[in-house]
Amino acid sequence: MDVLKLKFVLFMVSQVLRSSIKKYELVRRHVGDKRVVVQVKLRDGSIARYYEISASGVNSKAALHPKPDVIVDILDVETALEFLNPNAKQSEIIHAMKNFRVLLIGDDALAVWFAQLMNLTATAKLEMGKKMPDGTTRYTSNSNGGPMFIYVKDDKIVRITPIDLDDTDAPAWTIKARGKSFAPDRRISFNPHTQTLKSMVYSDKRILHPMKRVDFDPNGARNPQNRGKSGYVRISWDEALDLVANEVKRQRQVYGPGALAIWHGSHHQWGNVGYYLSALLRFGNLLGFTRVHHNPDSWEGWYWGATHHYGNSMRVGVSGFYGTVEDCLKEAELIVFWSSDPETTNGYASGYEGTKRRMWAKQLGIEMVHIDPNLNPTAQLFGGRWIPIKPGTDPAMQLAIMQVWIEEGLYDKDYVANRTTGFNEWRDYVTGVGDGVPKTPEWQEEETGVPAHVVRALARKWGTRKTYFAPGGPGLGFGGACRNATGTQWPRNCVMMMAMQGLGKPGVNFGNLQYGSPLDNYFWFPGYAEGGISGELNFTAAAPHAYCRMPHVLSMNPVTQMVPRQRLPEAIIDGHARGFPWDGFSNEAQFQAYEYPSPGYSKIHMIYRYGNSTFGTIAKSGRYIDMFRHDSLDMVVSQCIWMEGDANFADVILPACTSFERYDISEVANSGGYIHHNTHNNNYRTVIFQHKCIEPLGESKSDYKIFTEILNRMGTGAMFSEGCSELDWVKRIFDGSDLSKRVKFADFVKKGYYVVPAEPEKIRVPRNYGWFAEGRHKDAPEPIPMPSQWAGEFGKGLSTQSGKLEFIPNSLKRFDSTDPDRNPLNRYIPSWEGLRTTELVAKYPLQMISTHSRYSFHTYGDGKDSTINDIKDHRVNIGGYFYWIMRINDQDAATRGIKHNDLIRVFNDRGSVVCAADVSPLVMRGVCKTYESSAQADFQHDPRYGLVDFGGCVNILTPDRPQGRNTDGMASNSCLVEYQPWVPATDSLLRA
Amino acid sequence: MTQLNLIVDVALCENCNNCILATKDEYVGNSFPGYSAGHARHGRSVIDITRHVRGSGHMVDVTYLPAMCNHCDNAPCIKAGNGAVKKRADGIVIIDPVEAKGRRDLVAACPYGAIVWNEEADVPQNWTFDAHLLDQGWKQPRCAHSCPTDVFTVVDAEPAQMQARATAERLDVLKPELGTGPRVYYKNLSRIASHFVGGSVITTVSKRNECVEDAEVSLSLDGREIARTRTDAFGDFKFDGLEHGVGLYRVDVRKANVGAAQADAKAGVTTYLGELQLTI
Repeated sequence: MDVLKLKFVLFMVSQVLRSSIKKYELVRRHVGDKRVVVQVKLRDGSIARYYEISASGVNSKAALHPKPDVIVDILDVETALEFLNPNAKQSEIIHAMKNFRVLLIGDDALAVWFAQLMNLTATAKLEMGKKMPDGTTRYTSNSNGGPMFIYVKDDKIVRITPIDLDDTDAPAWTIKARGKSFAPDRRISFNPHTQTLKSMVYSDKRILHPMKRVDFDPNGARNPQNRGKSGYVRISWDEALDLVANEVKRQRQVYGPGALAIWHGSHHQWGNVGYYLSALLRFGNLLGFTRVHHNPDSWEGWYWGATHHYGNSMRVGVSGFYGTVEDCLKEAELIVFWSSDPETTNGYASGYEGTKRRMWAKQLGIEMVHIDPNLNPTAQLFGGRWIPIKPGTDPAMQLAIMQVWIEEGLYDKDYVANRTTGFNEWRDYVTGVGDGVPKTPEWQEEETGVPAHVVRALARKWGTRKTYFAPGGPGLGFGGACRNATGTQWPRNCVMMMAMQGLGKPGVNFGNLQYGSPLDNYFWFPGYAEGGISGELNFTAAAPHAYCRMPHVLSMNPVTQMVPRQRLPEAIIDGHARGFPWDGFSNEAQFQAYEYPSPGYSKIHMIYRYGNSTFGTIAKSGRYIDMFRHDSLDMVVSQCIWMEGDANFADVILPACTSFERYDISEVANSGGYIHHNTHNNNYRTVIFQHKCIEPLGESKSDYKIFTEILNRMGTGAMFSEGCSELDWVKRIFDGSDLSKRVKFADFVKKGYYVVPAEPEKIRVPRNYGWFAEGRHKDAPEPIPMPSQWAGEFGKGLSTQSGKLEFIPNSLKRFDSTDPDRNPLNRYIPSWEGLRTTELVAKYPLQMISTHSRYSFHTYGDGKDSTINDIKDHRVNIGGYFYWIMRINDQDAATRGIKHNDLIRVFNDRGSVVCAADVSPLVMRGVCKTYESSAQADFQHDPRYGLVDFGGCVNILTPDRPQGRNTDGMASNSCLVEYQPWVPATDSLLRA
Repeated sequence: MTQLNLIVDVALCENCNNCILATKDEYVGNSFPGYSAGHARHGRSVIDITRHVRGSGHMVDVTYLPAMCNHCDNAPCIKAGNGAVKKRADGIVIIDPVEAKGRRDLVAACPYGAIVWNEEADVPQNWTFDAHLLDQGWKQPRCAHSCPTDVFTVVDAEPAQMQARATAERLDVLKPELGTGPRVYYKNLSRIASHFVGGSVITTVSKRNECVEDAEVSLSLDGREIARTRTDAFGDFKFDGLEHGVGLYRVDVRKANVGAAQADAKAGVTTYLGELQLTI
């Protein structure tokens, strides 16, 4: 019976192929001009049928073909029926593949092609997007700055707009506070860098075909010394992919495991399939690679410091936020923004979703205070007292606030007694019992530049009102003040201040209304940290959900060697480096130092660079120029979309397409574990089908396709793809998620989005830490601490040794109680590059801060010929060149003879960057502010000054010293500079 | 019949530039015959935002002013256009992308500087209210649709209704003295047009400086009291919305049992007086 059934199924395959080729243009395009013979057979040959497939049709016969291109070799009838069932369970397919029950034999590229063809016969009929009256099709997509509608006509993007919700979408939540009702708009806002995406797609910086550096010859002179100087020549995809695949094989044989390093940026275009933690990781695992390990670059001091006082390792040291929008609007009297500019950073990966909530707070009369060297856009919009503070001195002001609270009894004594440990020791330090120096407002005045009476007035106001404390843009952590030499001290004090004010009591919490809207906590859709299609269980959060819910073959990287990203130049040039890991599973994970090289592995001789952001974003980034040119690097590959930044230093360039040119699926702002429930900074949870809106431009290809084609050359393309196209993976992610229970795939791809209904009012999660303040079991839906990490009873207390808020953290005592940089007692240690470093100050008297950017998402959106460059507050066009902006104080400018929009050279011993001056009183005296995020590097050698960048990579000027000796924390906001009017050189400059 | 107007609330503008980017998104690479040729990718947009900063020290504020074609009822560009610039029945002013070809002179015809010259297309261009979209049934132009803070409100109303609203909501137009009859109205424009006088009041108690809360502050102009206020917890006071062009302000601060202080400031400009020390 089963034999007959199988024969019939095999016959039907030919019918399906035939009719699909006839019916669907997509299928014909996939077939192209190929003529391929696919043999499907049982391993013993007892049943067999071949298919000779071409665009004109399918020849099929129940027989063994003498010379098939691809053989689908199936163990037995039972497996064949499971495997070929059009409604087969994915788990059974994977099971058959993992256990060698089904083998794909033959050329990998053709095997993958055939498997994708079979899938396409099922998906080709899907109707994508909505037809609009003006002849456009309305697609949907998602980005680092919110989701969007994309209107497309004739394979061209016409316009990109925010998404307006309709009556069939789930309704908005409502919060009632102080007699008023508040509900969010029925439109999902987005950021400038999202509004500009069309201009980034159609940019003359797009790389439209593969390229090779002109003087790079893998069989002869490779000329590493010319990286960044010599130009490029166009090559074919075949040549490019062969170059890369052959070099990987050569390096394996010449150097052994570890020679290949894969190095990507912190972010990527949004999605679950194309993301670096997804396809790239799967690709890397199949090649084996040395990991370029990231530091938690936005969190920094929260990870290295705050977490030891109150746990929260899960969110890399920043606080949770459940129920805080409602609690803040109902209860709070004051919001203190400290190094917090949500109107610039918009939570993470969302549009202006929190802005109106802050407007509601203003309507309700909730006061605001802004502590920042810059009257930042948030302070500008909402007003309230601006307290300018010298960068890096924040912990001194915090100590003085706590001193006033202690002296005047303005703290929650009951809470401190019952919910915290170590307070007496801390109090003695603050009041000067130990060192004879009470940390009074007067004590800090000269250090911080904040008048003592202002500090005292703030301390009293804060100590007598229910206050929301908002450190960093999200109001839960982050912030420029955690990315400097004192960047570990500041977050530690933030937590201790909340411990003194009763964290979790009504109206007392972390937040600035950016996070904590009452959204669904139980609907599961993967965020990118859950690893997408990677199958990687150790370096993603795939294991708890994604791996179980979406059956796929796991992948592993057998190379355990890692190199810290901030130390990559030292690893390459000096041959060794030391780092500390980023790992959110415990407070102790970060203590486990690692060394490069790792015993027995090869040093790095090939870099596979993914993206282009280094020079703009990494501290003292001039180091990377020397690294790229080091002769131990035999090949640098760059897979990227735009010709900018690091791409100029590659030997082989593989042009990737944008996310509009391929399929993906994602939820708005769902990053997964890094910020668990990061979705809750939105007004709606929205899952987006990311349409392939247009064909890839030029010869560019999706990242996934590039990986597949390289791995086809290694013989692992089928293993990588599991025979799936990106759309097939999208469907698998859909099927594995809770979305498939709510909506049909065909309807989802047509409409393009699904709004998850908000948390019903009756079961809203209570305000964050309320359970802790009241001594109850935890009621926040967080998967960590793990069962063993509770101090006593499961679900009670914090994940510290005592289970309480610890003023003197036990984890730091256990690690190194004598560490002067990060002592368990959080003493104030002035910055090692600040106003106390007098010798340096004599040469470079100004403090430069380079914060997260407003109009671009780091380097994404900057340069690339995008329309963002014309924003007056982003770049300034002077003489046809778009210069990076340095915001400087009007009095500082006057003393140096600088006027608004003059070109200035900003410099120190590390180099020079030419910027356009933005002169105003919005930055305090002695400070200049810019963004860390230039995508453009334009290095020249000026005989007067050495390295000069015209692109705006201000990180050339920042120190590479870690925050503390036992951390990898970046301290780029501790940076002394001088600036002066720029006088062009008399002779033309040479490329540096 | 009703006509289109736009209200721009400058108090809500945070300079996100989505309005400019959305408009570029609409017109760069797209042309809409009868409405507008495509726009240049770079250079000044048909919407322009200017920054207006007042104050010094910690007492600084900023207002952003988005400006665009005012769709004037008595538009100088229409007069200069000789038929190349047209007024629609709904009030929208369209610079005909064909008939205005080569008419660089129209750029200077606009007293608001709202007409942009497109070198490549050889045509002057304005912000068209996105008339081509409104004609297709869109309710808002792109600038309003992408604005996260509702800076822009489209009002489709009879002229008398709009006038009544302008009066009730104290709306202004730019350069009213020109008599151009703009259809773009502004709310909270006084944040730019006016100036403030502010200061911070302190006193010394046991050798420590302290902010003085709740001190009485009075503002006089040329000897005549014009406003009163009280200091906040930081000792700060601010007299805002001042529009006096000339004269001398006198600020008098007093608090019972603490003391008094005085300071002078010029009318017509914003002044942050810095710290005023109360003495008995």
